[in-house]
Amino acid sequence: MKKFEKGKMVPVPSMAIIPERDMDSPPVLECIHLGIEFGGLKAVDDFNFVIGKTEIAGLIGPNGAGKTTVFNLLTKVYNPTHGSIMLDGIDTTGKTTVQVCKMGIARTFQNIRLFSNMTVEENVRVGLHNQVKYSTLSGVLRLPPYWKQEKVFHDRAMELLSIFDMQDMAGLYAGNLPYGAQRRLEIVRALATNPKLLLLDEPAAGMNPNETAELMENIVKIRDTFGIAVLLIEHDMKLVMGICEGICVLNFGKIIAKGTAEEIQSNPEVIKAYLGNNSMEG
Amino acid sequence: MEFLSYLISGLSLGSVYAIIALGYTMVYGIAKMLNFAHGDVIMVGGYISYIALSKLGLPVWVSVLLAMAVCTLLGILIEGLAYKPLRAAPSLAVLITAIGVSYFLQNSALLIWGANVKSYQSVVNGTLKLFGNQLSISYVSILTILACVVIMVGLTVFTAKTKMGKAMRACSEDKGAAQLMGINVNKTISVTFAIGSALAAIAGVLLCSSYPTLVPTTGSMPGIKAFTAAVFGGIGSIPGAFLGGLLLGIIESFAKAYISTQLANTIVFAVLIVVLLVRPAGLLGKYVPEKV
Amino acid sequence: MSKLKKNASGFKLNHYLTYIVVTAAFLAVTFMNQGGILNKKMQGLLVPVCCYIIMALSLNLTVGIMGELSLGHAGFMSLGAFTGVVVSQSLVDTVPNEAVRLCISILFGAVIAAVAGFLIGLPVLRLRGDYLAIVTLAFGEIIMDIINCLIVGHDSKGVHIIFNFKGDKSVADLNLLEGGKAIIKGAQGAVGTKTISTFFAGFVMIMITLFIVQNFIRSRTGRAVIAIRDNRIAAESMGVNVMKYKMIAFVISTTLAGVAGVLYGLNFTGITAVKFNFNTSILVLVFVVLGGLGNMLGSIIAATVLYILPEALRQFSDYRMLIYAIVLILVMLATNNPQLKALLQKINPFNKKKEGGAVQ
Repeated sequence: MKKFEKGKMVPVPSMAIIPERDMDSPPVLECIHLGIEFGGLKAVDDFNFVIGKTEIAGLIGPNGAGKTTVFNLLTKVYNPTHGSIMLDGIDTTGKTTVQVCKMGIARTFQNIRLFSNMTVEENVRVGLHNQVKYSTLSGVLRLPPYWKQEKVFHDRAMELLSIFDMQDMAGLYAGNLPYGAQRRLEIVRALATNPKLLLLDEPAAGMNPNETAELMENIVKIRDTFGIAVLLIEHDMKLVMGICEGICVLNFGKIIAKGTAEEIQSNPEVIKAYLGNNSMEG
Repeated sequence: MEFLSYLISGLSLGSVYAIIALGYTMVYGIAKMLNFAHGDVIMVGGYISYIALSKLGLPVWVSVLLAMAVCTLLGILIEGLAYKPLRAAPSLAVLITAIGVSYFLQNSALLIWGANVKSYQSVVNGTLKLFGNQLSISYVSILTILACVVIMVGLTVFTAKTKMGKAMRACSEDKGAAQLMGINVNKTISVTFAIGSALAAIAGVLLCSSYPTLVPTTGSMPGIKAFTAAVFGGIGSIPGAFLGGLLLGIIESFAKAYISTQLANTIVFAVLIVVLLVRPAGLLGKYVPEKV
Repeated sequence: MSKLKKNASGFKLNHYLTYIVVTAAFLAVTFMNQGGILNKKMQGLLVPVCCYIIMALSLNLTVGIMGELSLGHAGFMSLGAFTGVVVSQSLVDTVPNEAVRLCISILFGAVIAAVAGFLIGLPVLRLRGDYLAIVTLAFGEIIMDIINCLIVGHDSKGVHIIFNFKGDKSVADLNLLEGGKAIIKGAQGAVGTKTISTFFAGFVMIMITLFIVQNFIRSRTGRAVIAIRDNRIAAESMGVNVMKYKMIAFVISTTLAGVAGVLYGLNFTGITAVKFNFNTSILVLVFVVLGGLGNMLGSIIAATVLYILPEALRQFSDYRMLIYAIVLILVMLATNNPQLKALLQKINPFNKKKEGGAVQ
């Protein structure tokens, strides 16, 4: 298996670790005592996590641990009942989903949410919505801004699709794509919003080992090309241990371990959470 | 005294709405469809009981039972022929089909019974005079309110205790899971339509007894109002339909009496809009946010 | 895969095809009319058909493109119709040229319907699904009731409006000066309207409507609206402001309904508010669903055929609406039932090729 170059992890003042190369810039994401309750049930509790500016971070844990809930809190699908989220040093409290998207968080979904009646290119164009603009009137009357900006839309969409070599599929309906291509398209669409932090919810789900290996390369490539941070939820441990620099393990809504891949792999708490109390082999 | 009399007429009207709304809400709960033809089943119930009472001279209870039997059969037929083939179709397609069925029933009634207004002979006559003739309540109003309460209690017990009632609740939660548990989903839906249509027949008799003009479009407006009542109370909820129907009737009655006859419907609908803005799923409905 | 590509470009072809079909149909009907082929009854249907085509296109924007069910669209048509009648009747002396007066009326009708669409959209578009549908139905009925209470007249001093909500006022209460005339008489509706709508005007407005709707769908704003329809949560996560874009689409839709209303109102010497009740909203919805959601050419054809069909069936007199109802049910069954659909595809030799179009 291909070895990926990882950054050396160093501690920062807030009891967290980030890659050494990101030391000089403020962390892209800082969750402070983040939590949400659903009718007394603490789905996520006291979630503290920091992600460096160009870090690839992982969020793992057994099913129902609250991983996707963390994503929903970050993107304001749910409003946190406790704590705060700092994005690039700015507090996102009280912001809406649309606003945090504009501030630089983009995501993919565990159960794919493409615009299935639109073409692949149109999906990416919706991602570019706030990057390329013209008025509704220009659009309806086909004024010069329409023609100029539609060309920009097309060029940018094609450029983004080329990351995954998907230019050929531009005219196909998204709903008709094979499963793996749909997952890739979701990533492209998210990238189109020009994020600082890309959230990937189980990007390798349903992929075969070859596709997963390719995906790993592509995630690293995306980070290097765009200089952004990536936070991913994944059950495929090869992927997580292979590319994630900082890893956070969640169980029953609480963080049970944080650290590098090596630290996580040898953490007894983590092994217990994954394998249960009695069995220590595996 | 005046106030009390408006309240009672509102309760009576509201009871009719509630009985119709119960049919709407049960069908919606289980088949997730707006059965626009429901109002026209009321009209059919009205015509059947009219013929039995005035033309054939049958006793009241026989006429009502006959109307219920015919409407039940009609409900099962409509469901089997028009809605069952569309179980997997988009909801809009089913809605349009329901509209088609509504047109069909109205125009069949027009062909069979003509466009002339039939004056309906009330199932009970006379009024109850109280407080030295200051307050008079027609027996029809009392009957309507009683019937509504009995039906409401009966349905609640039925859905809570009986096997079929439990099957209905299971189907409205999750049809796939219900089927896996051995529930005959198609049969359950048919029974729901049958009950809803039988209720519509009762509503038809009571409605025509209070407002004794019968034409092929008699059911349309009460149908729309009852639909509103069902949404008002939270569509899919049986107590919601009951509460929504009663409130709607009372609001309409008071609006007519104290504000404006012309704008009574406007006031009813305005209240609905305000309620939905405050409680987007109606008074007793449960708001289920979309899972991400 | 090549098959799928064709689908996408087929949309583009459809785009221009619609303009061509509408123009060809207009020319054909005009020639037939001049050749004396159309009888009086058919001539009388020309403008209403245009109005219902515009209504169908407008509602298709709400139901097909935005994906929200509206059951009160006739309310906006009603607003347009009565605004148009008031404006046109008030300007009879000031603007004698009928075409100019029609344009001014359309403008006013469109603006009023747009404002109403915005105000009604504020609460309505917050709701979802069936709740949204019932509230549009409620607004449609409210508009009808309110217009039923309006008494409007015009004299040398301008337009007079009173609101007859107790039912105790009449035209006399307007205190019109000599030479003044009543325009709307409450529940009796508009009376004595000078009919200035023409088939040509209807054709032009259809073309403008098509231009607006089709260009809208294929613009940045339209894409945002379709994205919201396909997946609201994903659209929000892509930074698309759901309320804003739904509102834009809804206001455009109600504005066009207002335009259709003006044409309709100025085509008859008298109309009542009851004409634009729930049944009219449903009628237009039927056009949209049968024509195909989001399919503009389909809406046009469905509106034309289904509006003329009951008239063509007039020889069956009493049975015509019954036949209409049965046709409606059968078409819905045939197009939506999987078994029937498969059966139809087997029978139809043209559809054979489509079966191979599955995607791997």
